[in-house]
Amino acid sequence: MQTNPHVRVHDLSVSYGSTPALNRISVDIPEKQITAVIGPSGCGKSTLLRAMNRLLENSDGVSLSGSILIDNENIYDPGRDVTEIRKKMGLLSQKPYPLPMSIFENVAYGPRIHGMKKKNEMAETVRHYLTISGLWEEVKDRLHEPASRLSIGQQQRLCLARGLAVEPEIILADEPTSALDPKSSQKIEAEFKHLKNRYTIIIVTHILRQARRLADYVLFMYLGELVEHGPAAQIFENPQHEMTKEYIRGIIS
Amino acid sequence: MTAKRTLKDLIAGKAMFLITAGCGVLVLVMALGLLIRAWPIMQIKPLHELLFSVSWSPMKGDFGMLPFIMGTLWVTGIAIVIAVPISLLTSIYLSEFALSRIRELSRPFIDLLAGIPSVIYGIWGVIVIVPLVKGRLAPLFGVSSTGYSVLAAGIVLSIMIFPVIIHITMEVFQAVPAGLREASLSLGATQWQTVKHVVLRRSLPGIIAANVLGFSRAFGETMAVLMVAGNITKIPGSVFDPGYPLPALIANNYGEMMSIPLYDSALMMSALVLFVVVIFFNVISRYILHRIRLRIS
Ligand SMILES: Nc1ncnc2c1ncn2[C@@H]1O[C@H](COP(=O)(O)OP(=O)(O)O)[C@@H](O)[C@H]1O
Ligand SMILES: [Mg+2]
Repeated sequence: MQTNPHVRVHDLSVSYGSTPALNRISVDIPEKQITAVIGPSGCGKSTLLRAMNRLLENSDGVSLSGSILIDNENIYDPGRDVTEIRKKMGLLSQKPYPLPMSIFENVAYGPRIHGMKKKNEMAETVRHYLTISGLWEEVKDRLHEPASRLSIGQQQRLCLARGLAVEPEIILADEPTSALDPKSSQKIEAEFKHLKNRYTIIIVTHILRQARRLADYVLFMYLGELVEHGPAAQIFENPQHEMTKEYIRGIIS
Repeated sequence: MTAKRTLKDLIAGKAMFLITAGCGVLVLVMALGLLIRAWPIMQIKPLHELLFSVSWSPMKGDFGMLPFIMGTLWVTGIAIVIAVPISLLTSIYLSEFALSRIRELSRPFIDLLAGIPSVIYGIWGVIVIVPLVKGRLAPLFGVSSTGYSVLAAGIVLSIMIFPVIIHITMEVFQAVPAGLREASLSLGATQWQTVKHVVLRRSLPGIIAANVLGFSRAFGETMAVLMVAGNITKIPGSVFDPGYPLPALIANNYGEMMSIPLYDSALMMSALVLFVVVIFFNVISRYILHRIRLRIS
């Protein structure tokens, strides 16, 4: 079950101004598996995810210490090209944010900024990733309509296709189904199960049942601390920590 | 208690509605007033002659407004050409690249610029810009100019409308959700690529509205322009020529030589033109900006 670690978080602390959000987190995220980050709202799940993508430095007053190694290189080493790091990861946010352009252009956006020029190659790429994200059949006749015309569920799958099109190794998903209807949520979950053979997936969720359905590995966080982590079976069936037990049983939420 | 509160609420609501409606009515009353006063000349002369004839000599009964309309268009056009790129770049820098401390620090200064009386801009134009045009810019192109020109007026105007355009453009940028910027960044786009392909594209209607608002402010601005434009009744042939914009015409002449038949009516007609153009562009741009604000909330 245990495979190589893909992302190694070491002694990571983050604070917003004087408010601490993460306190000395260390954990190895296994490669090509689904890792679920669970915990009550405000415990720092999103912060952890954004730290991996170096999106935190865009907000003011954030201070960060520790390291995150991806493929054995610290993404916080000075001199690393932040766009290269972000390109390795596809981000799926809570609410889909289609770019203000057509469906086709949304998927083509990433490959284009990374230098893809040929028209037929681009068309093939777009088709490929829309197929993977299960959207192709629904949109193939309206590729040049604005992406905002899609339903929220379709938009989220478009964002998935858009993220996959830059050929990342890792998919970061922050409560990706929380804005979706049950049917669309199911589709996204199915996609994830499908994709985990090829990608390392880290999904933040506050839905315990979703974590149970998807996760191979689980991180339980509470108030900025990583309380417990381990293989899903262990966390759900035999949690060691009192807090984890209570959360799993739904006493704290 | 509750009944009293409800009553207060009702009264406050009604009062505010009446005030708002009153403002709307005021605009209509002003338009109507101008129309009534302009009516005599509009009955005698065809509209196209009033608007498109170059001959303006009230003593002879010629009231062609084209020189003034062209004067206004030249001055406004120059102001817009200067103001649009500079204010856009400033807004992009302040909103997307500057540290938030610099952004917050610069905001009150920008708003302060908007509050300076236009006569001060006019004096500053006479002292600095007019000599600059006369001594440096015109010789650069081998032209001689008194400095009192549509270029000088355009430069002064552009500086006057910067704050309006920058303020609104920044507001429009702030309305772009952070998640949208992050979506682009997380694909490995640079900040500049994100601004260019996502923020600007999303903000385009708002940017246009901000500039149209600046344009309508420039179109109607009177005092500063009057002081530096030269005010000679002739269509400008180049940016170094003087011009005579519509607002300056009205401000300089209204109340004088009113014994000349139809003169009063002709000035009212030009005021009406000014009024309609400014209101039209104002309403359009404010409507667009209103829609953008709705989208945020
Ligand atoms: N941009 C920010 N500025 C200040 N505080 C923040 C910011 N983002 C998150 N926080 C705070 O950091 C803590 C962790 O937030 P977050 O990572 O979003 O938690 P979660 O995703 O688990 O709900 C919360 O207390 C939150 O209020
Ligand atoms: Mg969160």
